[in-house]
Amino acid sequence: MADAPTAQAVEAAAYLEPYGRMLLIRRFEAALHRLFLAGEVHGTTHLSAGQEAIPVGVCQALRPDDYVAGTYRGHGHALAKGTDPEALVAEMLGRATGICGGRAGSMNVIDLEHGLVGCFGIVGGSIGAATGAALSAQRQGRVAAAFFGDGATNQGYFHECLNFAAVLGLPAVFVCENNFYGEFTPLAASTAGGDIAGRAAAYGIPGQVVDGNDLWAVETAARAAVDRARAGGGPTLLECHTYRHYGHSKSDPATYRPKEEVERWLARDPLTIARERLLALGVPEAEIAATEADVEAALDRAVEAARQAPYPDPATDAATEYAR
Amino acid sequence: MSAVDTATEWLEFRTAIRDAIAEEIERDPSVVFFGEDVAAAGGVFKATPGLHERFGDARVFDTPISELALAGAAFGAAVTGLRPVFEIMFGDFMALPMDALVNQAAKFWYVSNEQASVPLVVRSAVGGGGRFGAIHSQIHGTWFQGVPGLKIACPSSPAEAKGLLKGAIRDDNPVVFLEHKRLYSVKGPPAPPDDVIPLGVAHVARAGRDLTIATIGKGVPDALAAADELAADGLDVEVIDVRTLRPLDLDTVLASVARTNRILAVEEGPRTGGWSTGLLGAIAERGLHDLDDAWILATEETPVPYSPTLEDAFMPNTDAIVADVRARLDVTADPREAF
Repeated sequence: MADAPTAQAVEAAAYLEPYGRMLLIRRFEAALHRLFLAGEVHGTTHLSAGQEAIPVGVCQALRPDDYVAGTYRGHGHALAKGTDPEALVAEMLGRATGICGGRAGSMNVIDLEHGLVGCFGIVGGSIGAATGAALSAQRQGRVAAAFFGDGATNQGYFHECLNFAAVLGLPAVFVCENNFYGEFTPLAASTAGGDIAGRAAAYGIPGQVVDGNDLWAVETAARAAVDRARAGGGPTLLECHTYRHYGHSKSDPATYRPKEEVERWLARDPLTIARERLLALGVPEAEIAATEADVEAALDRAVEAARQAPYPDPATDAATEYAR
Repeated sequence: MSAVDTATEWLEFRTAIRDAIAEEIERDPSVVFFGEDVAAAGGVFKATPGLHERFGDARVFDTPISELALAGAAFGAAVTGLRPVFEIMFGDFMALPMDALVNQAAKFWYVSNEQASVPLVVRSAVGGGGRFGAIHSQIHGTWFQGVPGLKIACPSSPAEAKGLLKGAIRDDNPVVFLEHKRLYSVKGPPAPPDDVIPLGVAHVARAGRDLTIATIGKGVPDALAAADELAADGLDVEVIDVRTLRPLDLDTVLASVARTNRILAVEEGPRTGGWSTGLLGAIAERGLHDLDDAWILATEETPVPYSPTLEDAFMPNTDAIVADVRARLDVTADPREAF
C-alpha cells in the first residue's frame, strides 16, 4: 500500500483543475490563431496567451454565481468563468451553436448563465458593466469583477466607476491586466503617476500590485478582495502584471516590443510557473501530464465539433429588435 | 363642481413623473432610481421629492456627477436583475454616457442571442424656452434615433407622462425618456388609475379632417392651441401625439393622413437628421397616394440661442405653427373657399 499523500499534496492537487483551465485558454488561443490564419475566424481577434493566470486566479476566488465583465481580449475571461469551449469556438467561427448564436464574434461574448455579463469591444466598457452588476450583486450577496487592460485606466469609465463604486460601497473587484502596452504604445508613454494600483488611493480603496503570472499570487489577492467585497467592505483595485505573447490584435506582429523584454517575460510564462509549482508541491508528473492530455483532447474535440456546426441561416433567423 | 375645485384635483407634470416612479418602485422590488441630486434634493426640477424618504437608500439614491458611470452601472444592473430608472439631468448631458447606452445596452438583447433583456429607463429634462442656452436646451432623442434596440419616448401631458413612464419602466428594453422642461409645471386631468401606456403607440390628440399635425412632447399642446386658432380660419386640424420616436407608430399617422391628405410635422430641433424627415419619408414610401401636401416646421440649423428674442423666434411654438400653416395653405380671408 502506497503512503497516504501529504496534506500539502492534496491541497496542491486541487490546483490541477485551475492549471488545466489555464492550459485550456493557452491552447484555445493557439487554435484560434490557426483558425484565423486558415480563414475560418473572421474580422479580428485579440489573443490572451500569456495572461491566463489572471482570469483563472480571480475566478478561483469567485463563486459560480458571481459576475464578471471582460474585454475584447476576453476568451480567457469566458473560459475561466466556465463558458463551454465548444460554444466559444463556434462563436468565433460564426456558427449557430456559438455561445451567442454567432451574433457576437470574438470581441463581444456574453454568457449570463456563467455570470459573464459581457466582453466589451471598447476599452473600459467592462468597468461600467461590472459596476452595474455590483449594484445587483450588493442586493444578491454576490460580487462582480471587472477585467480590463492598462490602457483602460486612462478612460473615463475607470475613474468614474472606481469613484462611483467606492462612494456606494459596491462589492466590486477591479482587475487590471497590466501587460504594459495599450495597443502598441508602452505604458510609460501613456500613463502618468507610476503604478496603476496607486490610483486606488485617490478613491480611498485598497490597491495592490500583483504578480499576474503567478496563479497563486493572483488567487490570494483576489480572495482577499472578493471576501472584503462580499463582507460589505467595498471595492478593490488589483493591478496584475503580465505580458501578452501575441500582438495586440491579428494585424499586429508586435515589433515595437524589445526582444530582451519579450524573452524576459517568456521566461516567466504563467503556465511554466504553475507547472513547476505543482511539481514542487508534490503533484506527480503523471497526474499533470494526464490533465494536460485531457485538456488538449477536449479542446480538439470542441474545435472539431464547432467546425462541423451549421452557420446561422439568414432565411430562418428570427432576430427581433426588442425583447418581448 | 366649480372650476377651482377641479383645478385642485389636476395633476402637475412633475408630480406625474414622481408618482409613476413611486408606483413602480412599490409594485416591483427590482426597480431602483438614482441620479445626480434626485434623492435628498428631489431633483433640480423638483420632479422626485420625497421618494428617498419614502423608499430609502436601497431603492432611491444620489450618485456622483458621472454620467458614463451612471449609464454603465444602469446597464450592468439591468442585465443582472434590477430595473434601473436613472436621471441624466439635462438631455444635453446625454452626449457623455453614449457608449454605455448605444454600444452596451441597446445591443445586448441581439448580440447576446437574447440571453437577457435590458430593462432600463434614462430620464432627462429636454427642450428650449427656458433661457438655458445652447447646452441645456437640446432634445437628444434624434441622437439615438438610429440605434436599433433603443426606445425613445416623450410625453406631452401630465397624465401621459405618468402612463408613459410607467410603460417605460415596465418595458423590457432600454428606454430614453424625454421630459420637456416647459411642461413640468403644466397641470392637467389626472391619469386613470393604473394607466400604463405601452411604448410604440401614437395617440390622436385631436380629430380633424383638413390637416394632420404630427409632433411630440411640448409640440402637442402647442399644436392643439394652434388647431384651436386655425379652427377660426375654418381649418379642421387633427393632432397626432407621436409619443414614441422609436419605435415609430407609422400606422396611426398613415391612417390620419388617409383622412386629411395633408401632414405637417412639427419638430423642436433641426430638420437635418430630425425625426420628422424620417416620418415624412416613411409616409411618402407607404402613403404617397393619400398625400396632397407634406412639410416640416423645424428649428434653424443653429444651436439653441440664449437671448429671449432669439430663443422665442427659434422655437416652433403655437404662433409659429399657426403662421406656418396659414402661409403654406394660403388661408384666405374666407377660408371656406380654400377647403
